Amino acid sequence: MSDMTNTQAAPQQPASTAMIVTLSLIAALSGFLVVSVYQFTKPIIAENKRLAIEQAVLQVIPESTAYQPMVLDNGKLMKPGETEGGITIYVAYDKNKEFIGVAADGQAQGYQDKIQLIYGYKPACECITGKKIIKLAETPGLGDKIITDAKFNANFDALSAKIHKSGTKLAHKIVATNPGKKNFPWQIDSISGATISSVAVGKAINDSAQVILPQVNRFLAKLKEERYEPVIQQQ
Amino acid sequence: MSQSSNNSNTEQVAEDKITSSTFMEGIWENNPVFVMLLGLCPVLAVTNSTINALAMGLATMFVLLASGGLVSILRNHIPKQVRIATYIIIIATFVTIVDYLIQAISLELYNALGAFIQLIVANCMILGRAEAFASRNPPMKTFVNNLGMGIGFTIALLCLGTVREMLGSGTLLGFPLFGATFEPWVVMILPPGGFFVLGGWLLLFDWLKNRKEEQAKLAEIQEAPLGN
Repeated sequence: MSDMTNTQAAPQQPASTAMIVTLSLIAALSGFLVVSVYQFTKPIIAENKRLAIEQAVLQVIPESTAYQPMVLDNGKLMKPGETEGGITIYVAYDKNKEFIGVAADGQAQGYQDKIQLIYGYKPACECITGKKIIKLAETPGLGDKIITDAKFNANFDALSAKIHKSGTKLAHKIVATNPGKKNFPWQIDSISGATISSVAVGKAINDSAQVILPQVNRFLAKLKEERYEPVIQQQ
Repeated sequence: MSQSSNNSNTEQVAEDKITSSTFMEGIWENNPVFVMLLGLCPVLAVTNSTINALAMGLATMFVLLASGGLVSILRNHIPKQVRIATYIIIIATFVTIVDYLIQAISLELYNALGAFIQLIVANCMILGRAEAFASRNPPMKTFVNNLGMGIGFTIALLCLGTVREMLGSGTLLGFPLFGATFEPWVVMILPPGGFFVLGGWLLLFDWLKNRKEEQAKLAEIQEAPLGN
């Protein structure tokens, strides 16, 4: 054994070129493979993401059949690509291609991790018309009831979101109350045993709606008039 | 090594032969989870439902097969000093590929598996097989052995996933099993449930193994002449 290690130890130094060449070639091969697969899957992944958003938007705005993303940036309404940054909203249209409402993203800290959701807003009733949880890490069987609980979801059928007359915020803060203590149409009745998750849903919607909905209200005429041709039609 | 060079050719042929144990090793005798206890991080983390367990098992098997194959093909060209670094690059490449492929197949599945896709790279079973088997055996034999290992790993994940989903959610592959009166044991789909169920399976396999050994011993004693 010792004989073997001695004979092998000697030629170790000059072999460094071989090591460098091997590692470089492996790295190059690796790069090639990863880039090929990335290029191949990129359009499929983008389509998957688009479908996931589309499904969510059409779900949170009843009667909507198509949508297109728009960007709110520095008090202006723009098409995606015209600006870097800004807040993306999803403008939804009904089957007559008439403007019907908008959907937007919201997020807030839940019990375990951030809860991400999409909610819909209809200017006709000045109310939130639905919410869909995109991502959560709440306790299974308890916190994740915010997705499935029918009574909780009924809160979002027509959750009042009137704009304050100053036009810069909502007239009432959207907030989750203790279970069974809902007194006003802008309150959300929490799920017993999942209060923290319920409050997080309320906060996610409120934080986002306070900023976005007043701006949407300001652009309402523009949104209705311009009749953007939706690129995406529901099959 | 040089001393046995005259024998090495015949030995090489014998070693390269693919037998049923090449395949079965990973499924039973040296099951990566239940016997070698390797790669337990994903085993415990993503087995809260059958579909997650299956997806994780298949993803790991893909990485195992692809990286094992490449390591085996290149085994005579990789300098010994940089072999681990090379294996890790190869494994990381296929993990990244699997990551993109799963995103392309289903975003929902990708979100459910979370960070554990990327963490396949740190699954010691894969590096272990590259070092212990793929770097010493021809591609075909490596493929057969790794296929066994991958199936063994997937079976182990499914063993945990099905039990945890049945007890923790009362469903199997999303279909309800026990009717409305069943109150799910939520703890089973939480992290402690992973440990409970893994412990249960290990107990069962150990008990089976012990019983087999005891029976063999008993048979030996009975067969031995009385005088002894």
